[in-house]
Amino acid sequence: MPDQDTIISIRGLRTVFDTRVIHDGIDLDVSRGEVLALVGGSGTGKSTLLGEMIMLQAPDAGAIKLFGEDVVGVSEAGARRLRRRFGVLFQQGALFSGLTVLENVGLPLREHTRLDNAMIDALAQVKILQAGLKPEAAHLYPNELSGGMIKRAALARAMALDPEVLFLDEPTSGLDPGSAGSFDELVLKLKDMLGLTVIMVTHDLDSLWTVADRVAVLGGAKLQGVDSMEALSLSTEPHIVEYFSGPRARNTQERQWKRK
Amino acid sequence: MKNKRGEDAGLSVAADTLICSNLWTVSGVGALRILLDNQPLPTCDTVAINGKAITAMDTAGAWLMLQLRERLEVAGSQVVLEGFQPEHHRLIQYIAEQCQGAATVAPRRAAGSVAAWWINVGHDLISFLAFIGEVIVSLLLAVRSPARIRWREILADIYQSGVKALPIVGLLSFLMGVVIAYQGSIQLKLYGANIYIADLVGHSMLRELAPLLTAILVCGRTGSAYAAQIGTMKVREEVAALETIGMSPVDVLVLPKLVSLIIALPLLSVFADVAAIFGGMVMANSELGVSFSAFFYRLEEAISYSTFMIGISKAPVFAAIIAIIGCYQGFKVEGSAESVGQHTTISVVQSIFLVIVVDALFSILFVLLGV
Repeated sequence: MPDQDTIISIRGLRTVFDTRVIHDGIDLDVSRGEVLALVGGSGTGKSTLLGEMIMLQAPDAGAIKLFGEDVVGVSEAGARRLRRRFGVLFQQGALFSGLTVLENVGLPLREHTRLDNAMIDALAQVKILQAGLKPEAAHLYPNELSGGMIKRAALARAMALDPEVLFLDEPTSGLDPGSAGSFDELVLKLKDMLGLTVIMVTHDLDSLWTVADRVAVLGGAKLQGVDSMEALSLSTEPHIVEYFSGPRARNTQERQWKRK
Repeated sequence: MKNKRGEDAGLSVAADTLICSNLWTVSGVGALRILLDNQPLPTCDTVAINGKAITAMDTAGAWLMLQLRERLEVAGSQVVLEGFQPEHHRLIQYIAEQCQGAATVAPRRAAGSVAAWWINVGHDLISFLAFIGEVIVSLLLAVRSPARIRWREILADIYQSGVKALPIVGLLSFLMGVVIAYQGSIQLKLYGANIYIADLVGHSMLRELAPLLTAILVCGRTGSAYAAQIGTMKVREEVAALETIGMSPVDVLVLPKLVSLIIALPLLSVFADVAAIFGGMVMANSELGVSFSAFFYRLEEAISYSTFMIGISKAPVFAAIIAIIGCYQGFKVEGSAESVGQHTTISVVQSIFLVIVVDALFSILFVLLGV
């Protein structure tokens, strides 16, 4: 029996695009109930790593275990069972443009449960409220939503089946600071209430300080470090120093230290 | 994950207590909901809901619990939740907060009256005419200052919509020639009028069928591509970007397509004529024993120059119809991927329809002119 508290475990992961090595021997464990942030400069393979965890891409070598089950070479039925247990928020929301918000959120429920339509609509409505949208938003189409509303609607869809794990791809990109802050709060609140494990790719330094329990820094095809922001900000590892040494990073850091 | 029967959410009634058990989760509550609607509930002053035996609860379970509580309260009972795990209790509280004061909003109804439909058609017609006007204005402006014409794009478009269409247009016209000649040969043989196969194939193909067939193929091949391309650009706000840069979308997107198709379609029609005649010749040779040279000799006598020109002269008009409808439908796309599909379909249907209608009008016109 695998360790109940390790949700994701990655061993010796290797990804190669043509001749470019994206990941070379990455080991990473995510435990239940934590918020792990993946960071790294452009082209360091954050999104690829996320894609491999959610079974959209296959790594060239190495093992990824979700809930103790190998995802590389998993059967169709196994993959379907695993997919039910996590939700994904895509960077652009990826709401289906031909469906209303309510239909978008209800879609996973329709696909994976045998609930009747009235109950699916009611549950979808609850999720929409949970994600901080107004009830009127339920009947809007994605092209009638603002950027912040799209993210929230997409979060509601990701949460539709009450997943154990939530994958967020740049959840606060393109949002104004106020919306980004309240989105972070929402994620924290949901995590506390529903006991979620959250894995997010982000560049938002505020999110890193306020939401993430641990931050994994990718660079040079390796994992340069996995630790809390406080510990990482004191690190002397060149890739980590490089990533967190810009003027913006320093400002955020000072503010966060003062707050503590 | 399907649950075994025993793991579905359970509910049993004991005097004034409702005992809940097992999985109150999204996969477990489906059956319970049906049960709940039919189950007689206790109607005492105080009803206790005992959640001690609940092994797992998620949003769906908590929501259903709230529904249950509400139903009991409406029936006039005081409801007490007891024995719940602290985290289940917290979740129920949280969902209750979320749902407070949020009555479900009814979906908007699209106006569906016949009048509204006709008004819509009217608007559509007006905006289509406005679009044609816009295209003509920018075409005239381009003629006045030829430096504005995008030759590079026109050439690229001619390659895309013309050169690349040669194989399919050639093949289909050839087959069309074969079919017409074969059908004709059966009739002509009866009268021993074998040589008139050249008249039959020449007239029907050059005057009507080859240009029409080519136009219909190009509707499906190029008109739809125009609609999809402009539609996708509209969805991705590329059209808006062009406008903010100060480039007219009609100049950049429509004119090159229109001009290139007006050049390409007549050329394609000529090619279709050649392929169709060749198909007829092959068939005449094998079925009727009319040699290639005899066929050519007869063709020259039977077909006047005007027959050929009548066929080709229709092609630029067809081209304008296809390009303008394709582009217009592209600009009508609003927001969603579904809309791109819809308007692409509409562009093909409308342009094929109009091409055939205009072809019929041409026939009448030519009869009146006596050519």
